[in-house]
Amino acid sequence: MRFSDQFESRFSEMLTHYPTKRSVLVPTLLYAQDEVGHLSAELIAELAQRLDLTELEVRNVISYYSMLTTKPRGKYNLQVCTNISCMLRGAEEIFDRCRQRLDIAHKGTTADGLFSLEEVECIGACSWAPAVQVNYEFHENLTPEKMDRVLDEYKNRGMQ
Amino acid sequence: MADLVSHPDEVKIVSKRFGKGATGIDRYLELDGYKAVQKALGMQADAIINEVKNSGLRGRGGAGFNTGIKWSFVPKQSAKPKYVLCNGDESEPGTCKDRLIFEHDPHAVIEGVVIAGIAVGSHTGYIYIRGEYRYLSNIMQQAIKDAYARGFLGKNIFGSGYDFDVYWHGGAGAYEVGEESALMESLEGKRGIPRIRPPFPAVVGLWGGPTVINNAETLASVPHVILGGAEWYASLGPAKNGGTRLFCLSGHLNRPGVYELPMGYNLKKMIHEVGGGIPDGRNLKAVVPGGSSTPVLTADEIDVAMDFDSMMKAGSMLGSGGVVVLDETTCIVKFALRTIKFYQHESCGWCIPCREGTDWLKKTLTRFHAGGGLKKDIDNMYYLSENMLGRTFCPLGDAAAMPTMAFIKKFRKEFEDHLEGRPCPFEKEGAVEQLAVLSH
Repeated sequence: MRFSDQFESRFSEMLTHYPTKRSVLVPTLLYAQDEVGHLSAELIAELAQRLDLTELEVRNVISYYSMLTTKPRGKYNLQVCTNISCMLRGAEEIFDRCRQRLDIAHKGTTADGLFSLEEVECIGACSWAPAVQVNYEFHENLTPEKMDRVLDEYKNRGMQ
Repeated sequence: MADLVSHPDEVKIVSKRFGKGATGIDRYLELDGYKAVQKALGMQADAIINEVKNSGLRGRGGAGFNTGIKWSFVPKQSAKPKYVLCNGDESEPGTCKDRLIFEHDPHAVIEGVVIAGIAVGSHTGYIYIRGEYRYLSNIMQQAIKDAYARGFLGKNIFGSGYDFDVYWHGGAGAYEVGEESALMESLEGKRGIPRIRPPFPAVVGLWGGPTVINNAETLASVPHVILGGAEWYASLGPAKNGGTRLFCLSGHLNRPGVYELPMGYNLKKMIHEVGGGIPDGRNLKAVVPGGSSTPVLTADEIDVAMDFDSMMKAGSMLGSGGVVVLDETTCIVKFALRTIKFYQHESCGWCIPCREGTDWLKKTLTRFHAGGGLKKDIDNMYYLSENMLGRTFCPLGDAAAMPTMAFIKKFRKEFEDHLEGRPCPFEKEGAVEQLAVLSH
């Protein structure tokens, strides 16, 4: 299985940072997922073999972390925080707006594969609430109208 | 990039380089960067520990343990390597301060890690940053690279003969990993399940070696303590509560934001003056003073000093510095439900009181908020929470139980107002059903 050169150089460098191989597992899974889109069976087998782990051991770790997924997501994964600070400032309206515009529910993906939607726990944007992360990009101090513009922006980007 | 704010009452120490381009190593050096670590290299290890101990610097992650005392628990001699671990897995709802430190002053964290290492006789440090903060991981990785290039990290740092390596490490989404033993499990490439203590990490930590674990804000404060001295740092706050703290003001406020205020700053003033008060002339109902796990204070209880000991006396906790403000339009039952949904989602399932307790609380509160509550549910939820307290390996169970008990005790009438099939008095018609759809 081929990853990018950047992935490979980071991977081999990280192996030198710890006394045990498996210590690289959690950040490596996330970087690998970013390249492939999801943690496929092939990817899991590859990393298990590289780190002298069983596939089950790798899957056991994957299932613990909320950002890791074995199923494909949309190109843009919308993560709407609805935790307390965001909730107080209208996060439910933001989530509803996303659901209506994309016509998908929590953990759903649009038919064109462009967007997926998730209601997530605190993303550390409490003082700039309500906030959404699209993949790794933060969008803060949102209103339903601003959310519309964010969605339009990604839609345009995705069409290019 | 999060917006910065300021207020005349602020005392900028940890935040003094925010917005000043200090992610660049040259700019950091211009702003007194890496002076503290050089000073520490000329000090005896015990002298560094004593300085930090006497400064009254206490854990900014929430537990509030004296940092110098924590360091002193690390044995002098150890057959296994010793480690320093920076906890940047910030994820307590209401808390968004470490994010600003990583964004604006990553070298201060590195410097704090190295000083902690010199103090306890370690040669390796890890900076663990939560997976969602990818842009901050990029900033930190670059900062570490720059520090190596200058000889500030690696072999023979600053020509002192002392070796110290610092590595970045990243998470992948888990609140539980913010707990120190789960953090170590995660760094070792495992599920973030807490470890049984004793032995404590200071004695048996990462890969069995003695490990100092401190919050990112704590470590970013250390260089200032070393440069300014314990006496100066201690004098900024009340007794045994040295220095300043980044307070994350959120919720129903005119000017939410992260403000650096002296320890012991009055909460009422913080809300009405620093945070600009409640929007649209509405009244204050309640404050969650230190992140979602801390017991709520009513509007009548906020004339209190924001330091660890005063907050304890007031029946709550200073916690992580996340001040969440609720105005009179907020339904406490709904707020409690959202809080509990979080803990139920994040419980790792290892300890039964936490796994089952959070699940039952979520189910009961969901039914309750939807108008299907029974009078006995109120006492049952309280009793259930009481039985979770202190019965789990890590504090997540307590973190769910403590706020629930406070909501019920202080806002019982609001729970009673939801009884007998009455819809939530705060919601518009039909809105409650929507909430049920949203539940995980």
